[in-house]
Amino acid sequence: MNIHEYQAKAMFRESGIKVQDGVHCTNVEEALSAYDSLGSAVVAVKSQIHAGGRGKGTLFDPASGEEVMQGGVKIAFSRDEVGEYASNISGNLLVTKQTGPEGKIVSNMYVESGCSIEHEYYLAVLVDRDSKSVLFMASTEGGMDIEEVAEKTPEAIHKIWADPMNGISEEDASGLASSLGLSGDSSGEMVEMLVSLYELFIERDCSMIEINPLVKTEDGSMVALDAKVSFDDNADFRHPWREELRDVSEEEEVEIRAHELGLSYVKLDGNIGCLVNGAGLAMASMDVIKLYGGEPANFLDIGGGATKESITAAFEIILEDSSVEGILVNIFGGIIRCDMVARSVIEASEEVGLDVPLVVRFSGTNHAEGKAVLDGSGMAVHTTSTLSEGARKIVELIGGNN
Amino acid sequence: MSIWINDDSKVLIQGITGRQGTFHGVRMSRYNTKVVGGVTPGKGGQTVDLEGLEVPVFNSMSEAISETGADVSVIYVPAKFAAGAIVDAAESFQSAGGGLIVCITEGIPTLDMVRAVAIVESCPDVRLIGPNCPGIISPGEEGGCKVGIMPAFIHEKGRIGIVSKSGTLTYEAVAQTMSVNEGQTTCVGIGGDPVNGTGFIDCLSAFEGDPETAAVVMIGEIGGSAEEEAAEWVAANMTKPVVGFVAGSTAPPGKRMGHAGAIISGGKGTAAEKFAAFEEAGIYVARDPSEIGKVLVRALVDAGLRES
Repeated sequence: MNIHEYQAKAMFRESGIKVQDGVHCTNVEEALSAYDSLGSAVVAVKSQIHAGGRGKGTLFDPASGEEVMQGGVKIAFSRDEVGEYASNISGNLLVTKQTGPEGKIVSNMYVESGCSIEHEYYLAVLVDRDSKSVLFMASTEGGMDIEEVAEKTPEAIHKIWADPMNGISEEDASGLASSLGLSGDSSGEMVEMLVSLYELFIERDCSMIEINPLVKTEDGSMVALDAKVSFDDNADFRHPWREELRDVSEEEEVEIRAHELGLSYVKLDGNIGCLVNGAGLAMASMDVIKLYGGEPANFLDIGGGATKESITAAFEIILEDSSVEGILVNIFGGIIRCDMVARSVIEASEEVGLDVPLVVRFSGTNHAEGKAVLDGSGMAVHTTSTLSEGARKIVELIGGNN
Repeated sequence: MSIWINDDSKVLIQGITGRQGTFHGVRMSRYNTKVVGGVTPGKGGQTVDLEGLEVPVFNSMSEAISETGADVSVIYVPAKFAAGAIVDAAESFQSAGGGLIVCITEGIPTLDMVRAVAIVESCPDVRLIGPNCPGIISPGEEGGCKVGIMPAFIHEKGRIGIVSKSGTLTYEAVAQTMSVNEGQTTCVGIGGDPVNGTGFIDCLSAFEGDPETAAVVMIGEIGGSAEEEAAEWVAANMTKPVVGFVAGSTAPPGKRMGHAGAIISGGKGTAAEKFAAFEEAGIYVARDPSEIGKVLVRALVDAGLRES
């Protein structure tokens, strides 16, 4: 789960991590009164969406599709400019390289006091899969895309790892500060920030904290000018406060609905719907469809505890997608029995009015019984015994691979 | 022969009184796995009926190990308690001379696993497989040793080792070996979580050292760099042929594909990179999992282990 910058900064403030004063706004009037209350001559007017690349994004009028403004994060030097930028941002569509061409409607803004910057840095905290511990990654090239820095100047990236039992050592933290060229009070502030970030990361079960840029101000303070925080969904059970921070407009409605039913669904751009048990097999099914000339419309793992109800719901979700022209069901029965899936498939097809070709591949537990159930149903369904045959068949049926 | 488990392995079930624990306990026992007891804190002294086999329940792993002499434990404990169960098992096995922990549980918080894995790694005689995996199975003459949730009947004793991040895709690989009349020594599901115990290289190294294993099938998926590291290890150390597949060629970047670890982030961890690493390491690549059988035959023929 991701949260907005203004929410992350409230969390930072609570944890003693330095941020500028700022106010969350949802319209132009609020943005103007935020400017009045902050008492800073220069402020930043920032679009709040979960995707990155906001500063370099472009705003469009969602109705006309016309470009409104370059840049989703603007520095305003007057009250008039605050009004102008806020009205260009609020309610408009922000397209960044992370949102894809469809963009995101901006419903939230953050108006923040400006500060005099001496240098911009990059700082991230994440779980490192290789070392199986929490990694701090910093660079002197703030404001830039970290992937680009990693590619062009890997020597500019400095790393320290926390001990899973004892956290980060002061020695490592000050080592990181000095490799960024920080000294004196700035170094001390950096060490404190690293310790606070680690505590926040652990306490809140984060999966990533990214500060880009982290700045050294002209008076030597270390300030988080941006804040991106995401949480480990597996730990939701011990953090009920997360519900209040959730912005459902940032999530795909259908993916949330699928999740509530114990399904794992991701929409893709193709026209062949997939219904599979197991995440690896679901990915492999998409890959094989593509290999034989088709395009998968979705990733869908019905999970190990699938029931008649969840399979029916999965069918509905697939068919809601108007680009779906055919469906491939791929089940390797383990705990799930193929005959149970067969009955669910028949019931779901009747319920939702299936009008596209359907290919079912059964293997594993009760595969023969499953095939018999489908064959005896009088339904227009093709059954196969391997994934290859199944993928080829559905591609052929929808007239792909011409 | 097999790796890490065999017909004599004595297995405990952590969470044995739960629905999952009992359900799979019955199936493990039916396959002739030696289930010697289970652990559910607070329910020590009770027994559980695994359809004809009464096994004792203990309050803690240390008690269960000293009473039964178990050397393997399988965990079906709910996610919020699973890391604690791993730690209990690791510390108890270490003081009893060592053991294997297989954690089936899905959805354990990542930072819980960071701490649990650190403790497991401080116990030199303890191995952890999983979490979020189907487990490990070594088919024998009659049944065998099954520690997990996989459908036992698809397996047969043979000479192929299988290691995979995925559950059902492992079954697919098993079926593929069977389709070309090859059975398995041991099949290991290492799980798809970002932080886990045993990795590909541990398995490859064990298969390389197992005289009964002639070739290995390795199934990876997008995310992280474990496949690339495994490929490097294969190139440097492996004398036995390896067949590889990677799931997720069509996965879009930045989207989690079911497994917590299956995500392409910052342009890294793509299937294309992993396939390329496999090919460079001389691994026999199957682009379609339904071709694993065919590719395996080619690998065995090339190695002089099969006529055709």
